[in-house]
Amino acid sequence: MQRHPLDPNQRIGLHSDMLLIRAFENHITRMAHEQGRLPGMQITCHGQEAVAAGVVRALTPRDVVVTNHRSHGHLLARGVDPGALLAEIMGKRDGLNRGKSGTLHVADPGRNVLMTSTVVGAGPLLAMGAAFAQHYRREEGVTCVFFGDGAAAEGSVHEAMNLAALWKLPVLFVCESNCWAGAQAHQEHCPIGEIATRAASYGMPGEVVDGNDVERVHETAQVLLKHCRSGRGPVIMECRTYRMHGHGEHDPQHYVAKDELASWAGRDPIVRHAEALRRDGLGERTAGLREGAELAVDRAAAFADASPFPPPEEALEHLYVNPVTSEG
Amino acid sequence: MTVKSTGQAVAEALALAMEMDEGVFLAGEGIGTSIHVNPHLPTFGLLDRFGPRRVRDTPVSEAAIAGLAVGASCMGLKPVIEVMFFPFITLASDMLVNHAAKLRYLSGGLSSFPLTVRVKSGAFAAGCQHSHYLEAWFAHVPGLKIAYPSNPADAKGLLLSAIFDPDPVVVVEEMPLYWTSHGEVPEGDIRVPLGRARIARQGGDATLATYGGAVHVALQAAETLQAENISLEVIDLRSLVPLDTAAVIASVRKTGRFLALHDATRFCGYGAELAATVAEACFGELKAPPRRIAAPDIPVPFSPPQEAFYKPSADQVAQAVRGMLRP
Ligand SMILES: Cc1ncc(C[n+]2csc(CCOP(=O)(O)OP(=O)(O)O)c2C)c(N)n1
Repeated sequence: MQRHPLDPNQRIGLHSDMLLIRAFENHITRMAHEQGRLPGMQITCHGQEAVAAGVVRALTPRDVVVTNHRSHGHLLARGVDPGALLAEIMGKRDGLNRGKSGTLHVADPGRNVLMTSTVVGAGPLLAMGAAFAQHYRREEGVTCVFFGDGAAAEGSVHEAMNLAALWKLPVLFVCESNCWAGAQAHQEHCPIGEIATRAASYGMPGEVVDGNDVERVHETAQVLLKHCRSGRGPVIMECRTYRMHGHGEHDPQHYVAKDELASWAGRDPIVRHAEALRRDGLGERTAGLREGAELAVDRAAAFADASPFPPPEEALEHLYVNPVTSEG
Repeated sequence: MTVKSTGQAVAEALALAMEMDEGVFLAGEGIGTSIHVNPHLPTFGLLDRFGPRRVRDTPVSEAAIAGLAVGASCMGLKPVIEVMFFPFITLASDMLVNHAAKLRYLSGGLSSFPLTVRVKSGAFAAGCQHSHYLEAWFAHVPGLKIAYPSNPADAKGLLLSAIFDPDPVVVVEEMPLYWTSHGEVPEGDIRVPLGRARIARQGGDATLATYGGAVHVALQAAETLQAENISLEVIDLRSLVPLDTAAVIASVRKTGRFLALHDATRFCGYGAELAATVAEACFGELKAPPRRIAAPDIPVPFSPPQEAFYKPSADQVAQAVRGMLRP
């Protein structure tokens, strides 16, 4: 595969995205555990930051993002406002979706994060439809969809890939193969161990990449996006990574071997990348990045904390564009 | 009799059914190894006890889980499958609606589908793709039976009836009841027949029919009304299909007033069926038009104050009953 070396600015950009995601989710973890102030379940992407930053940074603003329940990283890398995102997760009035979505279905159409589903395996179908629109209008754009390795067991994922390949729709199918689906290990739901292999049966390219190496992820995404943009149809990109915090913050990971966790902790994508940058003489440029990310999260937290809950009656709004008014 | 949580009662029914009949097996996502370590969850400990042959963790693949149940039940096994959250049943619907419900009929009664679908329902701050009270959809499909317990004893007894029923039965389990509803649970193979309602509280001024967690809301309202000298009869339907029409009608003949209550939305909800049944059978004896108390016609909201707003409250019930009694 023809890769292009990244320039220092790109490399620093990838790094600061990962730091922001990590800082944001550390705040979520703290709130979920120490303060118990967050409604519902909290699903973070600790350990998977390189996939989010690497792929999303390869997209143009015209590309569409379809995400899933593990979305914080994708959203933040796309430039979604951390304050509005946090307020949404807390169910506050100034949340991105006015408290209607909560943590699981955040959408930011202004940034082409058009729709989000938490029905596992639904994303690829939605993405296929969005890509059809791009193709139909002869636009440059590609639709990038993130889904888990567990999701790949749903028939919907196959149906989306089949139609997208048949009609040569510009979809970047990104499988975040994070070793687990709930408490089920990868080998319990995937007979051949690899999702990207399926690409062959649809006649599209499939690539497996080290999902904890942000630069490799980024370069691979760039190459595959070029394929999608050239009108040659969809591609599957499988990122091998690890879900460090379990399914959600409510998951004590009792079913995970300690040494497995330790071995992946040793491959932390942020630590690895920081080392690479230092090795290449860019250490100085990373100074202060972490503090900057933490400051951004502090500001987001202040904003979200200050926002009130929405009035209960607002629950009746946003169901239709034209409200049904015939009620007696 | 011992006091148990509803979750423990469901687990007891599952274990008992597996002990009694080698053909009973369980399948679903995370039903064996779960992310949760919680003895009030209904499949807790069953994998250790019965092994992976009979307690099967499946891929995230609802159509496959339902297909497994339809095919295996036709071969004479008694599958008990779990749908993690009610909305995801849409992915299993083709197998349940177009196959489980119809193939016996289509075979002229030659084939049979003794399968059970346990679906977990309820609102739990996850938003409307995880919470949706869809029971009326399934009640509308001829060929499916629907049980909907409100307490531990019924959760055990109805589930046992469902598992050994020769037809497909959907059992709706409201998750919050797993740990909030405790009660005496009879030992052994105690079945609660499908289609037999329970008078949860006697009363003479009005009849309220409901099911599941809403039973507790109705009882709370009845308590409030008692202090005002209004006596509300509360019927816990226990199964929606078959419906114990006789019990509802007998009560309405006694009280002359009827309300239906549920957490599902109002339009085309199960309450509409109840109100129509009562109006047809008891028109002459009614002292007020039948009423429905249900959720507003919106998806279940996420934000905590809005989720609370969605659910019909005991106050709303009491208010409605007072309104029916006022001349
Ligand atoms: C259709 C459907 N079935 C079940 C669930 C419950 N559920 C949420 S996430 C999840 C596991 C998904 O695993 P995977 O796709 O690998 O994503 P990961 O959580 O590992 O990122 C399950 C079973 C759901 N949300 N939707």
